[in-house]
Amino acid sequence: MRSFQSMLNYFPEEVLEHVFDFLTSHRDRNAVSLVCKSWYTVERFSREKVFIGNCYAISPERLISRFPRVRSLTLKGKPHFADFNLVPHDWGGYVQPWIESMAKGGVNLEELRLKRMLVSDESLELLANFFPNFKSLVLVSCEGFTTDGLAAIASNCRFLRELDLQEIEVEDRRGQWLSCFPDSCTSLVSLNFACLKGEVNLASLERLVARCRNLRSLRVNHAVPIDALQRILMQAPQLVDLGTGSFGQDPDSDSYNKLETAMQQCTSITSLSGFLEVVTARCLPAVYPICRHLTSLNLSYAAGIYSDELVKLIRHCNKLERLLVLDTIGDKGLGVVASTCKELQELRVFPSDIHGGNAAVTEEGLVAISAGCPKLNSILYFCQQMTNAALIMVAKNCPNFIRFRLATLNPTIPDAVTMQPLDEGFGAIVKSCKGLKRLSVSGLLTDQLFLYIGIYAEQLEMLSIAFAGDSDKGMFYVLNGCKKLKKLEIRDSPFGDVALLEDMGKYETMRSLWMSSCEVTLGACKTLAQKMPRLNVEIINDSDQMEASDDDKQRVEKMYLYRTLVGPRKDAPDFVWTL
Amino acid sequence: MAHENELNLKATELRLGLPGTDESEDMVSTAKNNKRASPESLEDSGSEANSAAKSGDHETSSASKTQIVGWPPVRSYRKNNLQSKKAESETGMYVKVSMDGAPYLRKVDLKVYNGYPELLVALENMFKLSIGEYSEREGYEGSEYAPAYEDKDGDLMLVGDVPWDMFMSSCKRLRIMRGSEAKGLGCAV
Repeated sequence: MRSFQSMLNYFPEEVLEHVFDFLTSHRDRNAVSLVCKSWYTVERFSREKVFIGNCYAISPERLISRFPRVRSLTLKGKPHFADFNLVPHDWGGYVQPWIESMAKGGVNLEELRLKRMLVSDESLELLANFFPNFKSLVLVSCEGFTTDGLAAIASNCRFLRELDLQEIEVEDRRGQWLSCFPDSCTSLVSLNFACLKGEVNLASLERLVARCRNLRSLRVNHAVPIDALQRILMQAPQLVDLGTGSFGQDPDSDSYNKLETAMQQCTSITSLSGFLEVVTARCLPAVYPICRHLTSLNLSYAAGIYSDELVKLIRHCNKLERLLVLDTIGDKGLGVVASTCKELQELRVFPSDIHGGNAAVTEEGLVAISAGCPKLNSILYFCQQMTNAALIMVAKNCPNFIRFRLATLNPTIPDAVTMQPLDEGFGAIVKSCKGLKRLSVSGLLTDQLFLYIGIYAEQLEMLSIAFAGDSDKGMFYVLNGCKKLKKLEIRDSPFGDVALLEDMGKYETMRSLWMSSCEVTLGACKTLAQKMPRLNVEIINDSDQMEASDDDKQRVEKMYLYRTLVGPRKDAPDFVWTL
Repeated sequence: MAHENELNLKATELRLGLPGTDESEDMVSTAKNNKRASPESLEDSGSEANSAAKSGDHETSSASKTQIVGWPPVRSYRKNNLQSKKAESETGMYVKVSMDGAPYLRKVDLKVYNGYPELLVALENMFKLSIGEYSEREGYEGSEYAPAYEDKDGDLMLVGDVPWDMFMSSCKRLRIMRGSEAKGLGCAV
């Protein structure tokens, strides 16, 4: 034993580094760095990719001093519920200080991935001008920049490989940003601007595609019509991932035939999305030739495709592993998916009518999918109604769920048949799916469900609760039971001070806790903040409800707390109080 | 019966707004609004939903539902972009139908029909008249009436010339013409 120990001590660092190279997951590398001081040192100098789940948990300076060789940074900013308008736009999550520090610190940044962060044109310009090897920019659900910022990236990043914008409202400055890619730019591998509202110069786009021979992924926006798309495809038959843009007009037979021919050339496409403005389903058969190779299909913005055409398309896609659709597909359509897509792993069904008028999927569709698709491990399902019996069946059919998110359009709807709470159904899911990491529940739910979650959801890392539970016990069961819990977000549920303060140390083992429209009081938040200096307890006071000197007994409308090594943040706006 | 009365009132109602707009438009703009609902309405909607559900007879009609901020949990980008499409397509679908000489107008939902034959039959039933069959050459020869529509450009067009899909997206209102005017429209020139 001792000689083994000493062997380890004399293990040359280069060898250790080489071994660590095989560790790709940041969790593994984090674990390795805790083994001993020398491993910590070797690991930190060799780490190239860093993932920071909460940009306020640490500062850019500390990041750079620990990982001076960082080349790829992933940052997440606003709490998840910001996606649903529960957090004011200027709450925070600015990327600017990170980019500034890295520029000053001489970091050789090549890759930046941001989620729910505020990105300004200035930040993008800084990024484009200070990091000569910058290769990859992925922005998801961010905001704050315009096409001018994109123009800076296009003009200055000489080796840009990836520009990927997902679900972002970008202000269109009509500056022809796409035309800013110089003729010398041939390095693009992935370009996704599907979410942009403005026009792009089609000729520039076609030339860009023609000269980037390594282009694998292209997702265009609504401004690219079918004839331009067809010309682009002829230039890029090597594409693996295509976003079709509008796919909109009613093409004359000539354009349509050309499109069909172009599609037939693209034998490598395995991922398809777009169809943003399909006016007539007559264009759809053009994509049938590539359907049999598809592993990923995103039709969740294709509001113009009605159920029967949707189903016809899906019948051709028997290799699908990932499917995103609108609920216009209906239970029957999901039945077709279940019988066609035996390789399906991930399914997302989004509501087509936010007001739930003609919502078209119920528990039947979910059961059908679970019965037909044994490899299913991830689901996001917006539905009109649900039953315990259905959930129990789903749990039995699919014990491999890693992510299970169900949102009933009416958030407190009971079992549609028995009128009971949906506790037993969701309980069955957590009991059966031993690997469940993420869970969102909805419908009429009592503390009983949370007892089940606390007992059975051993691997659960993220839990979203809305309009559920009866008392503090519910929240307590979860905090006490789920040992691996990282993120807990709760809205409109009767959990209060007792639950919040029961186990304050728990929050240091978690990334964050969000509670809005619950029963938590200002006094309890103050107590928590005082006792736990390594937590930031923020009160978001965006509707001017509270005064600073207010009654401690007053209910807090929105509270967000997170562990941090750097104390209260200095960029909090007036309406955010860090206690 | 009561339902029909309600429709009629709406048709003759004097209000500011684009032709073809109805209640659903209001819901769309509420959701697009990024501001939070006021705390009172939020609490009301929460407790309303809770108590109604607990009493076991919750209705999910879109018109009566109070808007709950952030529910269903759909990203704002998706909400804003999908809905605007729906709103566009919904504006075109309910169109006013006027008939020369009739005291009030009617409204039809074009989405309900799969093609011209169904629409014409519905109009015939609604106005108690006979329109007859369409032919490209003769229009609606043999009938006293000709169905016409106003398109996006404001021109009066004969119903039936263009593919149904195209008609659906360009039709702003319908007009049933009669007598000599109709003859003028119906004849191939």
